[in-house]
Amino acid sequence: MITIIDYGIGNLRSIEKAFERIGAAVQRTDDAATIADAERLVLPGVGAFGACIDEIRSRNLESVILDRVDDGVPFLGVCVGMQLLFERGLEKGSHQGLGLLEGDVVHFHRADGEADDLKVPHMGWNTLQPTRPHPLLEGLDNESYVYFVHSYHARAANDDVLATTRYGHAFPAVVQRDHVYGVQFHPEKSQASGLRILENFARIPSPVPS
Amino acid sequence: MLANRIIPCLDVDNGRVVKGINFVDIRDAGDPVEQARTYDAEGADELVFLDITATHEDRDIMHDVVRRTADEVFIPLTVGGGLRSVDDMRAMLQAGADKVAINSAAVNDPALISRGADAFGNQCIVVAIDAKRVQENPPAWEVFVHGGRKETGIDALEWAEEAEARGAGELLVTSMDRDGTKDGYDLALLDAITRRVRIPVIASGGAGTLDHLREGLVKGGASAVLAASIFHFQEYSVPEAKQHLRDAGLPVRPPSDEWIDRYARTDG
Repeated sequence: MITIIDYGIGNLRSIEKAFERIGAAVQRTDDAATIADAERLVLPGVGAFGACIDEIRSRNLESVILDRVDDGVPFLGVCVGMQLLFERGLEKGSHQGLGLLEGDVVHFHRADGEADDLKVPHMGWNTLQPTRPHPLLEGLDNESYVYFVHSYHARAANDDVLATTRYGHAFPAVVQRDHVYGVQFHPEKSQASGLRILENFARIPSPVPS
Repeated sequence: MLANRIIPCLDVDNGRVVKGINFVDIRDAGDPVEQARTYDAEGADELVFLDITATHEDRDIMHDVVRRTADEVFIPLTVGGGLRSVDDMRAMLQAGADKVAINSAAVNDPALISRGADAFGNQCIVVAIDAKRVQENPPAWEVFVHGGRKETGIDALEWAEEAEARGAGELLVTSMDRDGTKDGYDLALLDAITRRVRIPVIASGGAGTLDHLREGLVKGGASAVLAASIFHFQEYSVPEAKQHLRDAGLPVRPPSDEWIDRYARTDG
């Protein structure tokens, strides 16, 4: 069972339907007890970093999420949900993230001076360049297109980057440390490539019986 | 490398496609969901639904169309037509739209752009600009509303800049002069706007050949091209359009065999 953490941000219907399409059982919840028992967790997110993390904290979900990650269940952050995995987000001020991965989240234009003529948001289909083979990316080729829409991106430790994408400069598109995963793009809007990644995530072994 | 996007647009009236593809091999050519599935399988990068009646009675029908489409099609969907408030936008996004396009309502109440962006994020808010050339040398364009019937006296380039400043994530720029002519996009208009803003611009109005699509991207500086009639009447297909762009050296997303083989629903 895939448990999508529904903390009131954005429409989760598409990601729920995407998991259903690959044949996974899926539920949405903001209930702490349900999250505490989840077999695998998905953390979505749209809009601003600060608004998302504030909403998680105001619902008292941060500690239950972190506890469940400590239990070793596979955990996937999507888009802003991926950004929340990091220590700090620099969108509309500075906000403390979940701190599961080292690094921060910065704007495309401010990340390096050469990017100032880039159209932002980075919107559309772009390619993943895997840095190493990994079960999450199984079945994808070296130039798989996925759908991005974001103005900020992570700066992560090299060891945590599973794939990069180039827009002005290379940025982390897929990150992973142990059983914590993050994708900057929207797998639920990335047609076959996206569904393949969700399918791979659903197959990663969980220490908790389904 | 970021791909150039090809975006088919479907006009929907009372839940039915009124200007759409005449595919012979789909069950119900008037069903927007069926057309969306066909475009998705062909490799369309996004879809736009334009609700051309958009009366209040019609709105629930459109929500249902959007919901059923979003359940079937795992590419981004933009819905426009008659959205006048943050609540209208929310209902459409909750139904499954990824982005909402606002036009006349944004001109009447520019703060609607920022209210929408604050509520849902800039990436959700597409400002559609219908522009008509009102001066030749130097060229100048004016914003028209209500389906291009009503002039506003607003300079299109200034409006594009204001829409960006107020939080639009993307602009959909339609040339009223070229719309329906098949003479190609108004490249001077696109070039002027894409130089002025730092958000993506979708070119619209006038595409009649595959090379018009290339021109909109290369000469107009657009990030995406919207096309209706060249696909609807099957003069060209989405894969042909992508091949044309690829031959011209432009990055495009290839259609996915895996979608057909592994994930596409096969019951209809």
